[in-house]
Amino acid sequence: MRQLLLVFAHPRLEASRVNRRLLDAARSVDNVTIVDLYERYPAFDIDVEHEQRELSKHDVMVWHHPFYWYSAPPLFKQWIDLVLTFGWAYGPGGTAVAGKSVHHAVTTGGGAEAYSHDGRNRYTIQEFLRPYEQTARLCGMSYHEPFAVHGTHRLTTTDIEAEALRYRRFLEDCLHEH
Amino acid sequence: MSTSFLVDAIAYLLAALVCVPIAKRLGLGSVLGYLVAGIAIGPALLGIIGEQGTDIMHFAEFGVVIMLFLIGLELEPRRLWQMRTSVGVAGSLQLALTTVAIGAGAMLLGLPWQVSLAVALALSMSSTAIVLQSLKEQGLMHTSAGRTSFAVLLFQDVAVIPILALLPFLATGVGQGASDHTSVLADVPALLRAVLVLAAVAVVVVAGRFAVVPMMRAVASARQRELFIAASLLIVGGIAWLMMMVGLSPALGTFLAGVVLSDSEFRHELESDLEPVKGLFLGLFFIAVGASIDVASIAAQPLATAAIVLGLVAIKAAVLVAVGRFVKLSLDQTLLFAIGMAQVGEFAFVLLSFSVQSGVVPPHVSSSLMAATAISMALTPLLVLALRLLVLPRIGTRQAPTRQADDISEHHNVIIVGFSHFGSTIGRLLRANGIEATILDNDSDRVDLLRRMGFRVYYGDATRADLLAAAGAEQASMLICAVGSQETTNAIVELAGKHFPHLQLLVRARDRFHAYELMEHGVAFPYRDGVETAVRMGVDALRATGRRAYAATRAGSQFLRYDEASMAELATLYRSDDDYVGAVRRHVAEQERLLTMDIQADHTQGDHAWDSEPMRKGVSRRD
Repeated sequence: MRQLLLVFAHPRLEASRVNRRLLDAARSVDNVTIVDLYERYPAFDIDVEHEQRELSKHDVMVWHHPFYWYSAPPLFKQWIDLVLTFGWAYGPGGTAVAGKSVHHAVTTGGGAEAYSHDGRNRYTIQEFLRPYEQTARLCGMSYHEPFAVHGTHRLTTTDIEAEALRYRRFLEDCLHEH
Repeated sequence: MSTSFLVDAIAYLLAALVCVPIAKRLGLGSVLGYLVAGIAIGPALLGIIGEQGTDIMHFAEFGVVIMLFLIGLELEPRRLWQMRTSVGVAGSLQLALTTVAIGAGAMLLGLPWQVSLAVALALSMSSTAIVLQSLKEQGLMHTSAGRTSFAVLLFQDVAVIPILALLPFLATGVGQGASDHTSVLADVPALLRAVLVLAAVAVVVVAGRFAVVPMMRAVASARQRELFIAASLLIVGGIAWLMMMVGLSPALGTFLAGVVLSDSEFRHELESDLEPVKGLFLGLFFIAVGASIDVASIAAQPLATAAIVLGLVAIKAAVLVAVGRFVKLSLDQTLLFAIGMAQVGEFAFVLLSFSVQSGVVPPHVSSSLMAATAISMALTPLLVLALRLLVLPRIGTRQAPTRQADDISEHHNVIIVGFSHFGSTIGRLLRANGIEATILDNDSDRVDLLRRMGFRVYYGDATRADLLAAAGAEQASMLICAVGSQETTNAIVELAGKHFPHLQLLVRARDRFHAYELMEHGVAFPYRDGVETAVRMGVDALRATGRRAYAATRAGSQFLRYDEASMAELATLYRSDDDYVGAVRRHVAEQERLLTMDIQADHTQGDHAWDSEPMRKGVSRRD
């Protein structure tokens, strides 16, 4: 059975009704390990060896975070900077994560229509995420189309339940893909 | 050593060992167990001890003397002053009204007024041992009924002293003769006698302060524990003897000495050394009382005895209901208070036997009243049980689940012991983040201030399990030990591990070596001294109460930044304190400023950018 590592970053999960529910849904899926970065490293003091060990044990990664200013919260960047090191994840001999696959899961306040070439944000989510895509590729990992929950401010409780179910299915698909 | 002494000793010890655990198992308390043991080995049943029971009682009264010394030790004058209103109002009302009611009843039954007054004073006492024990067992210490009970008991404890002093003046010669205390002053003129009595009291006060402490220091340097116990007994015995020589109550003298020594460095040693001795002597005393109960005469007139018991309990309960309503307890609390305190207490044994010795109360009156007292004590747990099961549910306000507004705050999840610089940093950080901890501190000035600032504060020594329990250790989830002294810290860690193993412990360590020592005692992560450590302790406490790690960490950093920013301004004020508050109260003035500043400051963090709530509101407004 494939193993999934969900790298989660939210500086204020307690105030996010959507992400709380999504994370709950993720907890109910078998073979998923969740790294709650802000809970584990509140002082940004990432245990690199531990994170690398964890990463080695898993086949699929999901990078899950809110889409702050067209990007990720800073601790997630810190995780990438410190964990995906030269000589381990890339560069000469850096093959530790090669062959794994990466999926992105983001939540945005703006609606789906805003993330289009005609929309207010002028670019698609996928385009905004290009640096992450290239990061994965440089490390020899495959990078896939993101899972996105749009317009979180307008979601009703029923909408959120539906998104949670969709997220659950998405994670299960990630585990079963080839 | 004669064998008859050993036979007696074996009988006493065996009876106690059999009866007391059974009584405790049945929820009736140890006092009742001792009384039953006394009845069992007394002339009425087994007859193992006979006439010498009375002698034993004189001997065992030393237990009462030690008990009053210990009460004195616990009652710092300042603490008494803090409780003055509740103790004074509820206590004096209860004592006065009960005495009048029972006294009037006794006179109606044809007793002379002196006897009636002595009897009424004795019977107005409630049982500290039984009431406090059952309040604790049922978790009612924090209800308003529990607090009022404690206040009234405290008043009674203190009132015993003047009552003991007053009783000999009621002597009418009806008893078995005058006091057997041999006063050397019997033939001295009254005025000189008064001067000598005052001088003796002065000797106790002055010697307590200037002779006892140096003596204890010398004894302590010998490092022999039994010498210390011997010294403690010498102090109590010596004072008791001095008081008897001038014709005062030995209990009064030792109580006074206790109060004088209550703020000395040896207070805790005295307490812990004398506690078991007191327990044994008191046990002996209760056994002797039990042996002296005239079971035959009760059996001969069961109806009369039942009438006395029911009459006493009814009168006492009625007065307590009036007192409860007067201090504005709700109906259910009033009933709990009244029924819980309606028994006649162990002080009645002391006062009644003293009255008999002083020739105030005839022995046959005393013995039937002592029997009634013992029976009323046995009845208490049953009456309270009936009240809780049958009556309270019908009133519709059950005390336990529905607490009154002021009771809610008493069960915080976090207890902080020690509120000096270190502890106050933690407490302020928690408060700024909406967690109100319960605080234990032994500096009465600080306790005053913290109460004024709205904290829930308990005053006293946290190395005592009962005080920790009173502060809610059973319900709390976390104990933060921020005490400066290593010894106290170690004692608290040990105590918490033994009595409240469910508590998560966050412990301050003085230095690296103290931290090692704490780790040996099972504290996995001691916090080594310093401001930042205090903040970290507060952050960890916030996390343990369910806060997200990052939010707690930010709250901690923000608090430290805010605290450090205020240093420059506070530094200028610090000097000016000397002018008007004096150096002693300086730390209190400082803490007052800090806490006031905290209230005015905005601790809601600058982290709103991550909250989606304002944006959601903005979006819905736009729609």
